[in-house]
Amino acid sequence: MEAILFYLTATVAIFSAIFVTQCRNPVNSALNLITTFLCLAVFYVMLESPFMAAIQIMVYAGAIMVLIVFVIMLLNLGLAVKSRYTHGLAGGGVLAALVLFVSNYFIRVGEATGTGGSVTSELISSYGHTELIGRAMFVDFLLPFEIASILLLVAIVGAVILSKREV
Amino acid sequence: MITVNHYLLLSAILFAIGTFGVLTRKNAIVIFMCIEVMLNSVNLTFIALSRHVGNMDGQIFVFFVMTVAAAEAAVGLALMIAFFRNKESIDTDDFNMLKW
Repeated sequence: MEAILFYLTATVAIFSAIFVTQCRNPVNSALNLITTFLCLAVFYVMLESPFMAAIQIMVYAGAIMVLIVFVIMLLNLGLAVKSRYTHGLAGGGVLAALVLFVSNYFIRVGEATGTGGSVTSELISSYGHTELIGRAMFVDFLLPFEIASILLLVAIVGAVILSKREV
Repeated sequence: MITVNHYLLLSAILFAIGTFGVLTRKNAIVIFMCIEVMLNSVNLTFIALSRHVGNMDGQIFVFFVMTVAAAEAAVGLALMIAFFRNKESIDTDDFNMLKW
């Protein structure tokens, strides 16, 4: 059952990712990207991380994709012209295949060290995933959390400055 | 039985697809979306390995990746709007103002 769900969702995720790169209309690419995000949310649920799945849908499929679709509609782009064969296309294909083969090799050869940590399925089901995330984030990772808020503030200011007509 | 290797292989495939899109497309917004695919495949790796080794730290990293992706979306799309105002295009072939 788990295997069927995994392979089905993986197929949908891979094909929608391919369509993101191949669609001529950017709006179609954006819609396929949302499908990829939803498939990844399914994987997060299968990996016993329901909070991450909720964040994935709310932040990525909600906030970031609204921003991208909004900009696509604002710029009113036409269809991309059918690109003819270039050496860039062949080079990109070769490099992407190389990335795939090298990472596949390391996945087959490598072995994860430090397994058997404290967070097990029983712990997650007794405490709840959100509580574990909250403890880790606000106890161990408090300083990075505050730095991330500064980063977001800087990004907001930068976006406003960049899109102003007269600085 | 689905092991951690299945998830790692899936995220490698998604990362390669994103790489291909970034290297071959010319529309800057599509390139941006391909970068999002790559970031998401890395997030999947983080969460799969975090569950495999039984440690919460990987999932906290996913939060920071999402934060950086949101900041990148805000600044990158503002840059594209500013560029479109000057050139009436977001084709990467037109990004040549710093060339001499």
